[in-house]
Amino acid sequence: MSDYNFAYLDEQTKRMIRRAILKGIAVPGYQVPFASREMPMPYGWGTGGVQVTAACLTPDDTLKVIDQGADDTTNAVSIRRFFQRTAGVATTEATEEATIIQTRHRIPETPLTEGQILVYQVPIPEPLRFLEPRETETRKMHELEEYGLMHVKLYEDIARHGQIATSYAYPVKVEGRYVMDPSPIPKFDNPKLTANPAIQLFGAGREQRIYALPPYTEVVSLDFDDHPFQASKAAHDCDLCGAKDSYLDEVITDDAGGRMFVCSDTEYCTSRRAAGHKGRLWAPEPEGVA
Amino acid sequence: MTLHADALSGGFTDAPTQSARAFRAVLEAMARPGTIHTVEGAAPPAPLSLAAGVALLTLADATTPMHLAGAADCQPVRDWVAFHIGAPLVSAEDADFALGTWAALQPVTRFKIGQPDYPDRSATLIVEVDRLTNHGPALTGPGIALVTWLSLPETAAFHANRALFPLGFDCLFTFGNRLAGLPRSTRVEKI
Repeated sequence: MSDYNFAYLDEQTKRMIRRAILKGIAVPGYQVPFASREMPMPYGWGTGGVQVTAACLTPDDTLKVIDQGADDTTNAVSIRRFFQRTAGVATTEATEEATIIQTRHRIPETPLTEGQILVYQVPIPEPLRFLEPRETETRKMHELEEYGLMHVKLYEDIARHGQIATSYAYPVKVEGRYVMDPSPIPKFDNPKLTANPAIQLFGAGREQRIYALPPYTEVVSLDFDDHPFQASKAAHDCDLCGAKDSYLDEVITDDAGGRMFVCSDTEYCTSRRAAGHKGRLWAPEPEGVA
Repeated sequence: MTLHADALSGGFTDAPTQSARAFRAVLEAMARPGTIHTVEGAAPPAPLSLAAGVALLTLADATTPMHLAGAADCQPVRDWVAFHIGAPLVSAEDADFALGTWAALQPVTRFKIGQPDYPDRSATLIVEVDRLTNHGPALTGPGIALVTWLSLPETAAFHANRALFPLGFDCLFTFGNRLAGLPRSTRVEKI
């Protein structure tokens, strides 16, 4: 552990990231440029989130890392081990025990509380990027609060599909000013962005941007009066824990059309089953299997 | 000019963990305007408060031009900043960080408020105050659930600053070993 500086990054890099985080907090939803470093993992694996987490970690923190809601997938496990090795911090899978949660594309089902920090890994921080590829132009659009193009995009969704077909990375407006990409979380999670008691920080490593939502910040999903925003999920209950209110993954179970729906948030599902909740396909572990 | 021996002490003794804890206090202070946080680890020369020293050690370095205002612009502080931080000392207009009492920082309209396309390129004022309590003008805005209160040196300057949003400067108030934040996004009650 002493082979690394605490939390891997050198102190000058952390100061630079910390200054960017504070400016992001001061201007909620605005993307602050920062000098993203190369990390010992490829771009797209959460290098932005890792740098933000490294800048925020203290030795007293308890870290949780999730990837699409799961604590036990490759990305989550490797980032958790990275900080165990380089910062020596405690780790957990329980949402309520964690002080910093780094996440890829989900917000935990368990409500967050004051004192927690949620760090998002962001691939493309610019919500207007697929509508306008030039950075000079999107920067000007943010400056002039010129977001008509985004509403045209949502309108074209309605014209083509009869509804707003955007189901993840659903654009939001922060405190009535900046339009922001909430990272590719399902739009089911969008209502959790607003008035959240936790600090929400967003890090995009390859794109070199940091942005932030202070606690209790107003975050509104873009919509139209006659097509209001709807948080959607699969119309099922979890087949393992029976939860009706959690975001579900669809799992194909055979080649005859069999499928099941399970909570995307593995810790939420596990703790519900431990509390005795049972879903449609729940079965006790067979004898002799760990 | 010789560096006074006092300038060599008073920095962090274990920078990685001390600055990490200090940053979390500053982050919480800025993210929840009006909350008051305790910090430790720095012993800057007078007239700097411990909290102001911690804020500088945590956030400033050779890449951040700094302005010392009023009594803070003295040789012991200059030496201490030179040894521990290395920030170039500049005029108010060019500073990323400015340090001093509220009176010494006047007029605050001198400081960088960022550019319309880069509002992050603005100054952070570290304001030394002689009291820091939750009695004073009401604050609302991002980071505040309903309303909170903070002893502010005045209110008019913060109204003018909020009117510039998303431009504007951000403030950290320091007193003894405690600090509180007031980002440009906060609305200050008119009294």
